[in-house]
Parts: sequence; structure tokens; C-alpha cells
Amino acid sequence: MNVNATIIGQMITFIILIWFVMKYVWTPITAAMEARSKKIADGLAAGERGQHQLELAAHRAEDVLRDAREKASEMIATAEKRGGQIVEQAKEQARVEADRLIVGAKAEIQQEISRARESLRLQVAGLVVAGAEQILRREVDAKVHAKLLSSIENEI
Amino acid sequence: MVETQKMLSPSDNPTMYIHDHLAYWKVGHGFWSLNLDTILIGALLALLIVLVGRKAAKDTAEVPSGLRSFMEMIIEFVDEQVRNTFHGRSKIVAPLAFTVFVWVFLMNAMDLLPVDLLDFISNALGLHLHARIVPSNDLNTTFAMSISVFVLSLFYGIKAKGFSGFGKEFLYSPFGKYLMPFNILMKLVEEIAKPVSLAMRLFGNMYAGELIFFLIALLPFWVQPLLSTPWAIFHILIITIQAFIFMVLTIVYISMAYESH
Repeated sequence: MNVNATIIGQMITFIILIWFVMKYVWTPITAAMEARSKKIADGLAAGERGQHQLELAAHRAEDVLRDAREKASEMIATAEKRGGQIVEQAKEQARVEADRLIVGAKAEIQQEISRARESLRLQVAGLVVAGAEQILRREVDAKVHAKLLSSIENEI
Repeated sequence: MVETQKMLSPSDNPTMYIHDHLAYWKVGHGFWSLNLDTILIGALLALLIVLVGRKAAKDTAEVPSGLRSFMEMIIEFVDEQVRNTFHGRSKIVAPLAFTVFVWVFLMNAMDLLPVDLLDFISNALGLHLHARIVPSNDLNTTFAMSISVFVLSLFYGIKAKGFSGFGKEFLYSPFGKYLMPFNILMKLVEEIAKPVSLAMRLFGNMYAGELIFFLIALLPFWVQPLLSTPWAIFHILIITIQAFIFMVLTIVYISMAYESH
């Protein structure tokens, strides 16, 4: 056994070393490690939160897109309907116009016919008078026979 | 000691060689003498821990450097051991365990230096000293640590249970209050066995390890590498394990004092 005052010296060294390690090595390093692990945990949490928000945003974008698509198809449908209506209306108008034109034309034709008939009658009357003149070989006094002539005219 | 024996070659006088290598660099007489080799090398290694530890602690860069990571690795390892065993709240137990582990490891590691290195240096400097390079190879060191741990565990026992609780435990366990004298005896043996076994275990392992290196050094030089290399490699294990055991038992003793039986 060789225990002597060295034991006291070694105890002093040991105690000083413990004190130093505790104060200047262990405490700051473990504190820094804890801070770092907290920082990493925070970072991971933030990343997760970001991921979640991204997902939400994607969902929202999808919703907006779907809405837009629905609205667009709705608009197309309305436009098509409206277009059909317009075409239908135009057709209707055209038909009415055509009918009107046809009626007009018919009336005009009727007028033309009656006018032609009138002139034809007048000409036929003239021809009849001329023929009668020729037949009678004399001048028929128009004034004298006006009554007769007009009755003939009316008969034709 | 005779002058001629100091420059001894191992094979000339094996007994004298080993005797010289087991001598301390001692000053003073009786109890009030100091083993300067133990003190100086112990203090030097403590200084190394202080410097490296401070350098690592000052490195507060965002990305830890190699030294810092290494220190954090040891700290995490020690911290895990402390958490597994010690459940009380104490600021000192974990740094204490760290100090014990690192200091004992470094002191043990001195065992891996060549056995004749210190003698060679002192002879080269003309000092002709006999000194031992392994501080944990000195009972003074191991007892200094184990007694400090013992005192701390007593302090924690009293702190956790109060004077009366501590006293009651000492008087009434393990056999109840009617066998009080016997209890005191048992408890005394139990408590004293802790620091003694702690100190003797480390000392014995290191002493034996060093002694085997001395014996290998006595063999012819061409045999030495064949034996000393495997022994050194095996010794790395012993060094680490002894440091680890000392640390774990330190934690265990303090936590035993902390918790009631």
C-alpha cells in the first residue's frame, strides 16, 4: 500500500476538473445540443406545416379550376341555347318576311292581271268598235252610240 | 539506489528492472510525500480535457466541427448512461460521470505508451528518475476518485432523505430495528466496500496490465512485438471498459444513495 498525500492532490485535481467540465464543457454543450434539437424539431414541424399548406392550396386550386370549368361549360351551353334561339328567331322573321313578300307579290300580280284585263278589254272594245265600223262600213258616231258602246264594253 | 543500476538493461537483472519501473517519482517522507509522476501526468491529462473541452464548447458554429461532434458523441453516450440509471434531478451527476469516464480513459491510455519511454526521457535529460507513467496505476488516484464519489453519494443520500431518513436507513436496515448493532455493522461494510472495490478494481486492472508489459519487455526483442502487440490491442479494450465501469458504478452508487431501499 502506497497511499500518501498524493491522494489529496489527485482529489483536488479531480474536483477542479469536475467543476470545470460542469461549468465550461458539459453545460454549454448540452444546452447547445438541446437548442439544436429544438431547432431541428421546429424546422421539421415547419416543413410539415408547409407541406400541409401546399396540399390545401392544391385542393383549393382544384376547386377553383373545377368551378371555372363548370362555369365555362354553363356559359357555352347558354350561348348555344341563345344562338339556337337567335337562329330560330331569324328563321321566323324570314318566314314572316317571305310571307309578307309573297302576299305583296300576289297582290301586285292580281293588280297587274286586273290592269291587263282592263287594257285588254279596252283594246277588245276598240277592236270590236273597229270591227263593227268595218262591218257597217261607216263611221259610227261615238257620241251617238256611246251608250251602246259602253254597254258592249261592259259585256266583254 | 546504486548508480549503476539506473541504466539497467532489462535482461541484466529482471527483478531490479521491474522494481525500478514500479517505483514512483516520490518527494517527501511518510504520508506527507507526493508521487510527482502521478500528480503531474494526472494534471496534464486534466489540462488536456480542459483545453479540448473548452475548444469544443466554444465552437458554436451552425454546423458542428469534427471536434465538436466528437465531444457531443461522448456527451450523448455519457448522458444516456446517466439517464438510464439515475432518475433524480441533479446538475452534477452527468458532468461528474463525463469527467470520470474521460479522465480515467486518458490516464489508462498512458498504459499504451512504451514502458521505457519515461525512463528513456529522464535518462536522456540526465535526471535518472524512476517514474510511472500511468496515473491510474497509483492507488492514490483511484482512491482519490472513489472517495470523492463516496463523499458525494453520502451528500446526495442526506440531501434526498434528510438526516433522519439517512440515519434511520443506517440503523434499521436490512434487518429491522431489533438488530440495530448488526445493521450498523452490515451497513458500514456495505458502504465502505463501495469506494474500496471501485478503487481497487481500476488499480488492479491497470497494475496487472502494466506489469505484463514489463514482463514482455524482459523477453528478447524479437519476441516482444509478437506478444506486446496483441496485449496492447487487448488492452485498448480493458482501458475503455475500466473507464466505462468506473463511470457506471459512480452513477449507480450515487443513484443508490439517492433512492431509498
